[in-house]
Amino acid sequence: MVMEERSTWRTKIGLAEMLKGGVIMDVTTAEQAKIAEDAGAVAVMALERVPADIRAQGGIARMADPLKIKEIMNVATIPVMAKARIGHFVEAQLLESLGVDYIDESEVLTPADEAFHIDKLKFKVPFVCGCRDLGEALRRIGEGAAMIRTKGEPGTGNIVEAVRHMRSVMADIRRIQNMPDEELMAEAKNLGAPYDLVLEVKKLGKLPVPNFAAGGIATPADAALMMQLGAEAIFVGSGIFKSDNPPLRAKAIVDSATHFDDPDVIARASEGIGEAMAGLDICKIPEEELLARRGW
Amino acid sequence: MLDEMKIGVLALQGAVEPHMKAIAGCGYEPVAVKTAERLDQVKGLIIPGGESTTVGKLLERFGLDTLIKERVAVGMPLYGTCTGMILMAAEIVGSTQHRLGLMATTVKRNAFGRQVDSFETDLDICGIEGGPFRAIFIRAPYFEALGSGVEAMAEVHGRVVMARQGNMLASAFHPELTDDLRVHRYFAAMVEESLGEGAKAQRH
Repeated sequence: MVMEERSTWRTKIGLAEMLKGGVIMDVTTAEQAKIAEDAGAVAVMALERVPADIRAQGGIARMADPLKIKEIMNVATIPVMAKARIGHFVEAQLLESLGVDYIDESEVLTPADEAFHIDKLKFKVPFVCGCRDLGEALRRIGEGAAMIRTKGEPGTGNIVEAVRHMRSVMADIRRIQNMPDEELMAEAKNLGAPYDLVLEVKKLGKLPVPNFAAGGIATPADAALMMQLGAEAIFVGSGIFKSDNPPLRAKAIVDSATHFDDPDVIARASEGIGEAMAGLDICKIPEEELLARRGW
Repeated sequence: MLDEMKIGVLALQGAVEPHMKAIAGCGYEPVAVKTAERLDQVKGLIIPGGESTTVGKLLERFGLDTLIKERVAVGMPLYGTCTGMILMAAEIVGSTQHRLGLMATTVKRNAFGRQVDSFETDLDICGIEGGPFRAIFIRAPYFEALGSGVEAMAEVHGRVVMARQGNMLASAFHPELTDDLRVHRYFAAMVEESLGEGAKAQRH
């Protein structure tokens, strides 16, 4: 007897497994999607404005125009992801009906719900969500996220927040591994995380889903830094198409994500690729404009 | 000594770790292969799932494509899952992407649809005993055509999804994402065979 099942938890996590060691690039046009694929991106994130422009222009940032997403899906042979606002499950329904391969419930867009995130288990399409620490990561996984990424501080070209978030997640995982079992319920309470997922973290010594980095990656060295800190793949938002030479920089970041543990390769990849995007000092951003604070 | 036999997993991009675990589970030493030096150490190689356009480019950029082709030509067994199956095919429908092109096969990418169409199913595999194999297909390809010397091993909806040509094995699905080691054992047996009786006697 043949039991065929679509969109199982294993197929959702499975696609994230296939993206490991790769670079997922933000693109706003079909032409950029082509450049990303030619440079060796493992997937593209289709959106209307990159985070740096959302930050500069202000206003409400929403899901991209379906026409734009379809144009990008038509040219890309690699997976296409798209962003829905935090809590906006109807945007997510639309993205699923368009057939995107992954949905990013993203703090880069203006949240639609300040209390609740999307019930991601209801969907056939898998979700990725951002986190600042382990508790937030496990809450999102509890809601059905099949991939976790750091939030970082998107659109800044400044890696400091992504480093903070990845270090925090990895430190908490190491701490839980060393805890006796009787302390785990209290730990789940302190983290605000589902108890069964805390048990799983202790057993696995890592997140139960792939753990990627995002938010402020602008150079090949930034990508390698996040990989050496424990990220299994890299999202680059504004860092490529806000730089001097997007095709060269994209390729250099791809090479560096592969050979993240080989400084010779990263040094060669970093040569003569033009200026990185202009960056922002996080301290100079007014607190209410910090994107990482969106979601809980 | 069994532990001297090293089986490599191409580690340029993709689901490397699950294959490493499966190789270890079969009692062999897994080696992540990103460089020529590492490739030299292994007696067989697995190309894991990933993005075929990405891995194809990285193979070319870092010069591993020629080295792998040379090794396979002198008998090293090669197993490709999903991306590996695509890169091993001589023809890829509608694509000129970089590939190894070692098998006399025509492969269609994303042939079962996009991610929402990804599925798992029970598969009868010719040459693998012990009942159906739970096969996970993710944006998977299938074989559109098989040339001479290529044997079909499994089918889904009338499409061939696993095949062997001499020392080369390819599957559209991901045995590394389950706990079932039978496909990896089958490949390990191919590696053992390729070493020949002389080498085997020396190792035991």
